[in-house]
Amino acid sequence: MLLEVKNLHAGIEGKAILKGLNLQINKGEIHAIMGPNGSGKSTLAKVLAGHPSYEVLQGEVFYEGKNLLELEPDERAREGVFLAFQYPVEVPGVSNSQFLRLAYNEKMKHLGEEELDPLEFNDLLKERAKIVEMDSSFFKRSVNEGFSGGEKKRNEILQMAVLEPKLAVLDETDSGLDIDALRIVAEGVNKLRGSENAIILVTHYQRLLNYIEPDFVHVLADGKIVKEGGKELALELEEKGYDWVKAAGK
Amino acid sequence: MNLQAGKETIYNAEFRRSLEQSNQPGWLKSLRENAFAYFTENGFPTVQNEDWKYTNVSAIIKENFGFEASSIDAETLKIFAYPESKQTQLVFVDGKLNKELSDISALPENAVVLTFEEALKDERHAQTLKEKLARSINYDFNGFTALNTAFVDEGAFLHVPKNAKIETPILLLFVSTNNKANFPRVLIVAESFSEATIIESYARSNEARYLTDGVVEVFVADEARIKHFRVQRESHEAFHYTATAVNINRASFYDSTNINLGGKLSRHDINVKFNAEGGEAFVDGLYMLNDSQHHDTHSVIDHALPNCNSHQNYKGVLNEKSRGVFNGKVFVREDASGTDAQQSNKNLLLSNDARVDTKPQLEIFNDDVKCAHGATVGQLEEEELFYLLSRGLSENLARNLLTYGFAEEIINKIDIESIKKELDEAVLNRLEVNLEA
Repeated sequence: MLLEVKNLHAGIEGKAILKGLNLQINKGEIHAIMGPNGSGKSTLAKVLAGHPSYEVLQGEVFYEGKNLLELEPDERAREGVFLAFQYPVEVPGVSNSQFLRLAYNEKMKHLGEEELDPLEFNDLLKERAKIVEMDSSFFKRSVNEGFSGGEKKRNEILQMAVLEPKLAVLDETDSGLDIDALRIVAEGVNKLRGSENAIILVTHYQRLLNYIEPDFVHVLADGKIVKEGGKELALELEEKGYDWVKAAGK
Repeated sequence: MNLQAGKETIYNAEFRRSLEQSNQPGWLKSLRENAFAYFTENGFPTVQNEDWKYTNVSAIIKENFGFEASSIDAETLKIFAYPESKQTQLVFVDGKLNKELSDISALPENAVVLTFEEALKDERHAQTLKEKLARSINYDFNGFTALNTAFVDEGAFLHVPKNAKIETPILLLFVSTNNKANFPRVLIVAESFSEATIIESYARSNEARYLTDGVVEVFVADEARIKHFRVQRESHEAFHYTATAVNINRASFYDSTNINLGGKLSRHDINVKFNAEGGEAFVDGLYMLNDSQHHDTHSVIDHALPNCNSHQNYKGVLNEKSRGVFNGKVFVREDASGTDAQQSNKNLLLSNDARVDTKPQLEIFNDDVKCAHGATVGQLEEEELFYLLSRGLSENLARNLLTYGFAEEIINKIDIESIKKELDEAVLNRLEVNLEA
């Protein structure tokens, strides 16, 4: 098992948001986490990545058998956990290619593998950028600075493509995307799915799941999973709305 | 109480010697004498003076500086020179022109770059000097400007004639050696419709202790455009003071970027005055301080007449036990309707022992204006830090990268490639980041 979340309670600023969440994820699987606003979807994503503002109150999380909660955010990343941000941060003055090479080499160093020099890395970057249809003009630009909403999300997937995480958590990656950008992002994710990794799609809407087909759908309400099923659950949810599951959760 | 006021100091004998040996015209000699009399009476400013509240310069008095220029070989200086201005540069070592290292062979014929000594030999330039010198900032501004004016000797005189467009940047490099006091003096006169880029650079030959006390006056005539980069990379043991005084005329444009990285104790006064309508000025800067460095920027932007725009963006990065001071006064006077004045000072504190005192001051006496100012003092944003950590960057690297990004906004303004590169490297080095771009 790649990830096992057991009875997770977590919150922010003293307020409990996740209230006993259980989740099991194997390699090769795509899981969609759906739910209304405030149900705890993004909290789960941030807790998995180790955001310092979120506090784990109870429960355990195992990643490849290790206690994930004991690892610092950067250690988690180097171990293969990746969070695609809902609101990617701008890093002025540091070019996309510099930033990605630093991140890539930190990971390689950690794994005891060979680091790449700028030229070698540039070849890798060019190759991976095709996955999200980004041209090399993006490499020289400062990370996310002046990027449109869609470009920022594509850039997140480019980072994923370069860092090749074992567990990728995509937090509302579909929000704010027009139809073309959504298609590009979704196709990128589909190209990156494989038997050796797992993806968690955190999303409010079923729309993204038309493009990325999940193996499992979990519906979150008030900090707990209230309904689980296959991809057809997303369609049912779209039809009946979140009130249906909220009622089911009570 | 004034520091050393009325006392015999190390400066007395040198002043008399220098004045006696000089063959300067009478007006200049009497200006110098008046300035020295002011210094003798008032000494260096003290912390009792509101404008010097946070910057205590009393340590300068204990120093026994010499005045003889040392020789520096070209090899040492190479690192301070820039390919873009290789043949348009004047190099001063300990305040004296170094002929071997200076080269203005690539200067267009219509541009004048001379020492004061040379300029005074030419009737026309001598007249300009007489009309302009100490007219945008008088010796009685403070003890430093007085002492500088008293020691006016081999200053740098830049004259950009009407309509002249000088594309090559002109470098004025001031290098100091151990235990010297030197007094850089610059007069820049840009006539109407002219354009030029000036780099004013302060550097050290090694980690020496010395005093740089400079005054730079800039006159920007109607519709002239001046870009001015001031790069201060003194030794971390040095004392540095410079005053920059700028006069902006009708529809002229002045863009200054002030980088302060060096000095044990440094202070920069920059005063910009709009003398006519329609002028525009950018007054931006960065101070990046380590160990127990102290830097103080005091600026005054004076909107005396209508429809002028000023933009001020200063950033501070303070590490370890360093101390920063920013004081920005903007005056919008009664007649200055249609003024647009923006001011921002953002500070990043990287350690609990670092400290900054920032005070933006807007004084507005006209209703028809657009003004905004703001100052912040803070740490790195948690959300930004988390973003970098979540990509596997160590906390140290992540913090340094964000700090670099913060400072980069100012450095990025410098459109002279080699200077930008050098400053990037200096900042990255200080942060121990290797981008290997």
